[in-house]
Amino acid sequence: MSAETSRPPGDARAAVARALADVPREPGSAKPDPIIVADKVSRTFGGINAVEVEHLEVQRGAITALIGPNGAGKTTLFNLLTGFDRADTGTWSFEDRSVSGKSAAYMASLGMVRTFQLTKALSRMTVIDNMRLGATGQKGENVFTSLLPWLWRRQEEELTVRADELLARFKLDTKRQDFAGSLSGGQRKLLEMARALMTRPTMVMLDEPMAGVNPALTQSLLGHIQGLRDEGMTVLFVEHDMHMVRHISDWVVVMSEGRIVAEGPPTTIMQDQAVVDAYLGAHHDTDLGDDALLEEDVVEQYEAEAEAEEATQ
Amino acid sequence: MDWIRILTNAAGEIFAPATAAYALAAIGLNIHFGMTGLLNFGQAGFVLLGAYSYGISAIAGWPFWASILAAIGSALVFGVLLGIPTLKLRGDYLSIVTIAAAEIVRLVSRTTSLTWLTGGNSGLTKGDGYKDSFEALCPFPQGTTAIGPWEYDNCLSSSWWLRVCAWSAVAIGCFLVWLWMRSPWGRVLKGIREDEDAVRALGKNVYSYKMQALVLGGIGGAIAGIFYTMPSSIQADAMGRTMTFNIWTVLLLGGAATVFGPVLGSVLLWTVFMLVKSVLRDMDLGFITPTQSESFSWMLVGMTLMLLVIFRPQGILGDKKELAIDVR
Ligand SMILES: Nc1ncnc2c1ncn2[C@@H]1O[C@H](COP(=O)(O)OP(=O)(O)OP(=O)(O)O)[C@@H](O)[C@H]1O
Ligand SMILES: [Mg+2]
Repeated sequence: MSAETSRPPGDARAAVARALADVPREPGSAKPDPIIVADKVSRTFGGINAVEVEHLEVQRGAITALIGPNGAGKTTLFNLLTGFDRADTGTWSFEDRSVSGKSAAYMASLGMVRTFQLTKALSRMTVIDNMRLGATGQKGENVFTSLLPWLWRRQEEELTVRADELLARFKLDTKRQDFAGSLSGGQRKLLEMARALMTRPTMVMLDEPMAGVNPALTQSLLGHIQGLRDEGMTVLFVEHDMHMVRHISDWVVVMSEGRIVAEGPPTTIMQDQAVVDAYLGAHHDTDLGDDALLEEDVVEQYEAEAEAEEATQ
Repeated sequence: MDWIRILTNAAGEIFAPATAAYALAAIGLNIHFGMTGLLNFGQAGFVLLGAYSYGISAIAGWPFWASILAAIGSALVFGVLLGIPTLKLRGDYLSIVTIAAAEIVRLVSRTTSLTWLTGGNSGLTKGDGYKDSFEALCPFPQGTTAIGPWEYDNCLSSSWWLRVCAWSAVAIGCFLVWLWMRSPWGRVLKGIREDEDAVRALGKNVYSYKMQALVLGGIGGAIAGIFYTMPSSIQADAMGRTMTFNIWTVLLLGGAATVFGPVLGSVLLWTVFMLVKSVLRDMDLGFITPTQSESFSWMLVGMTLMLLVIFRPQGILGDKKELAIDVR
C-alpha cells in the first residue's frame, strides 16, 4: 500500500487500466490481482433468485462499478459479501482469506467496510461522535479501560484530529457539533462515507453513494473516490448514473436478475448486447449514457414498444 | 389532618432505602435502555435474584462481601442466559423473554418445594438471619438517632447505616454511568441504540457490547435487591411485574440516558406517592377506604407513566434537542 500511496494521483488510474487491459470482456473473467474471488454465490428470497453469481473477481486497487436495473441483486450481493446476509450457497475470499459466512463485524475488521443504500446516520449522536465511532482499535472501547480516561484520552485526541480532517474534506466541518439526525439526506450520505473511512479500510463498498447528493458536491465526491484509489484502496460501488460510472470507474460489472451478465471497461460496456438487453429489452444500438434517454418522448416511445412486445409474447 | 406528620413521612421517602434501591435498579435499566436501547421488561427479576442470592448466602454464613459477590454473580448468569438467545434477534424479543423470565424466577423462588432454601411463600425474614452480616459491619453505636424529625435505629433493619450504604451505592452507580457515558465504550453503546447495523459495519462486535450492557445493568438491579429487602424481608411477590413497571416509571420520569434521571425519578415518584397516599387516608373520605386509597395512588402512578410517555418522553432531565430528532 505504501508504494501506491507514494505514486502521484492519476498514475494509479493508468496503472489499473494497464493491469486490466488484457482481461477478457466476459462475465466472471479472471483478474490479474483479485482482492475478492467469489464462486457460485446464491441467495433466494422465497422463490426469487436475488443473487446467482457463478464467478466474480474484483481487481485490487481499482474502482469497480456494479450496475444493473432495479432489483438486479446488487444490494443483496453487497449484503452477502459484507456479512449482513447469509448466502444459501457459495464461497468467497477476501485478500486470499476464505471469508464465506463470516459476520459483518469480522468483515469490517478485516478492512472491508460498506455504506448502505438507505443511509444509516446515527441520528441522536453528533456528527463528530459519528466519526469517532468509526475509528478502530480504540482502547476506551473496553468496558473496564473506559473507566480510566487517562488510558485513552491521547488516542481520542488523535482520532478526533483525523475525524476533523475527513469532515473538512467532505464539507461537513461546519456541522461538527450538530446531531446527525439534523443533516439533510445528501449530507448523511457524505457522513456515512466519511465515517466508513475512519476505519482505515483496504476496501470500501459504496451502495449508491451519489444518490441525493447535489451535482456540485457530486464532483468533489467523485474526486474523493478517485483519491481513495490513489491511496491504494479498492472501491466497489453501485451506481445508476452512467455518466458517473464512466467518469471514475476502471471496470464495470453488470448484474441483471441476480446474474452477472457482462463485464468490461466503462468506455465500451454500454455497447455490450447483454447490457442493452438487461436495461431495455429490445433497444439494441442505444447508448445508455445518452442524454436523449432523458427526453420524454423517447421514454414514451420505448415504453410503448415494450408494451407491444409484451403483448405479443 | 396532621400535615406535619404527612410532610415528614413524605420527606422521609427522599432518603429511604427503598428509594435508593429503586434509583439503583433504574440506573441499571438506564444502562439497558437509555444507553444501549435494550428493552428489558424483567428488571425485577434481576432485583429478586440479587436479593435471594444475597439472603441465602448470608444465611449460609458467608461474609458480607462474598454475599455481595453472590448477588452480582446471579445477575451475571441471568443476564448471559437471557442474552444468548435474544441479543442476536430484533429488540422486541428481548422484552418478551425478559418479562417471562422474571416471572419464572419469581414463581420458582416462592414454590413450596423450595421452602428449605427460599422460605417458599413466606420468604426470608429477619429471624432467618440474613441481615446479620450486614448489621455486624455497622460502625455506629447501638440505639437510635434522631436527625430533625426523622428517627431511625443506628444499625438494625431500616437503619441509618442502611441509608448510608444504599445511597453510597447510588452515588457509585451514578459515577460509573457518568464515566461510561463520556467514554468510547458508551459511544459504542449509543451507536447500537441508534442503529446496530451501522455499528456492525464499522467492525464492532455488537453482540458482545449488548451482552456487557445487559449484564452490567442487571448487576445494578441485583445490588438494588439487597437494599430493597434489607429494611423488611425478602418476599418474591414484592419483586414482580409491578416493580418492573415502577422502575420504568422512575427512569422515564427522571429521564433516560441521563446520569441523575434515575435518582430524581425515584425520589419524586416515592415522595409524591407517599404524599398522595397519606393525604387520602387522612382525609377520611367516606367513599375511599384506606386500602382503596393505596390502589388509587397506584392508579395515579399508571397515569403518570402514560402522560409522561405522551407529553414528555425525554423525562425531566432529558435533552429536548436530542428528542427533537425524529428517528428515521
Ligand atoms: N429482504 C428481502 N426479502 C425479500 N426479497 C428481497 C429482500 N431483499 C431483496 N429482495 C429481492 O431481491 C431482489 C434484489 O434486490 P436488491 O435490493 O439486491 O436489488 P438492487 O439491485 O440493489 O436494486 P436497486 O437498484 O433498486 O437498489 C429484488 O427482487 C428484491 O425484491
Ligand atoms: Mg440496491
